[in-house]
Amino acid sequence: MPLAAYLALAALVFAIGLFGVLTRRNAVGILLGIELMLNAVNINLVAFARFSGEVTGIVFTLFTIAITVAEVAVGLAIVIVIFRVRRTVEADHLDLLRG
Amino acid sequence: MTLETAAFAGVAVVLLAASLGVVLTPNLFHAVLYLAVALVATGGVFLLLEAPFLFGVQLLLYAGGVVTIVVFAIMLTERLAGQTIRQASRYLINGAVVSAAVFVGVMGFLLQAPLVAGRPPLTGDLTVAVGRALVGPFAVALELLGVLLVIALLGALYFARSEP
Repeated sequence: MPLAAYLALAALVFAIGLFGVLTRRNAVGILLGIELMLNAVNINLVAFARFSGEVTGIVFTLFTIAITVAEVAVGLAIVIVIFRVRRTVEADHLDLLRG
Repeated sequence: MTLETAAFAGVAVVLLAASLGVVLTPNLFHAVLYLAVALVATGGVFLLLEAPFLFGVQLLLYAGGVVTIVVFAIMLTERLAGQTIRQASRYLINGAVVSAAVFVGVMGFLLQAPLVAGRPPLTGDLTVAVGRALVGPFAVALELLGVLLVIALLGALYFARSEP
């Protein structure tokens, strides 16, 4: 398959993830959309790495995967704390910082 | 249609269907299961790109780790709520327009960009090269990553501690 096929697939997954982030009301649902978008970026990085014959993209993918896991752990911890305090995980209700 | 094309088409269909399931299903728990399918399918894409090490990392960290954490979070919040979390979506049309616009923009750029035609032949073991790069030019970044993981752990512990 040509490089463009992989990039197009990644762009589609990214767009779907963005749709999820924009439309989900639940904070966990928004996090899932972000996961999809990060995943699409990983596909791009690995595809570019393979087609350029360099290993850098794969190393960066390892970094993004590890950082994503940390992000999910902290993000979900925040969601659980918000739920404990506010009794909701609806992103629209979390407007404490709105001026 | 070669074997590689067929495999790519199959993995792409599974990945896209699972991704749509993640953003469209009303049941949050099902969304996480769809995410697991999507992550495994992404691992399949990595296999097609001849990166088996990343496939293993993807399965262990993403499909294993992230999905487990999210399932835990949903079960905790569900237990606190005492009801199944139904999640409605809002701004469906706006979201569809914006994400379609982003996709069209990326594709427009992609169709104009001068891309390399074929993949160069593999020289040697890729996993060995990745390992050498991790302790060679990327050694500092790797150490910083370890620090970041410790900080993330401490942050999650701080949030999850019980009230004094």
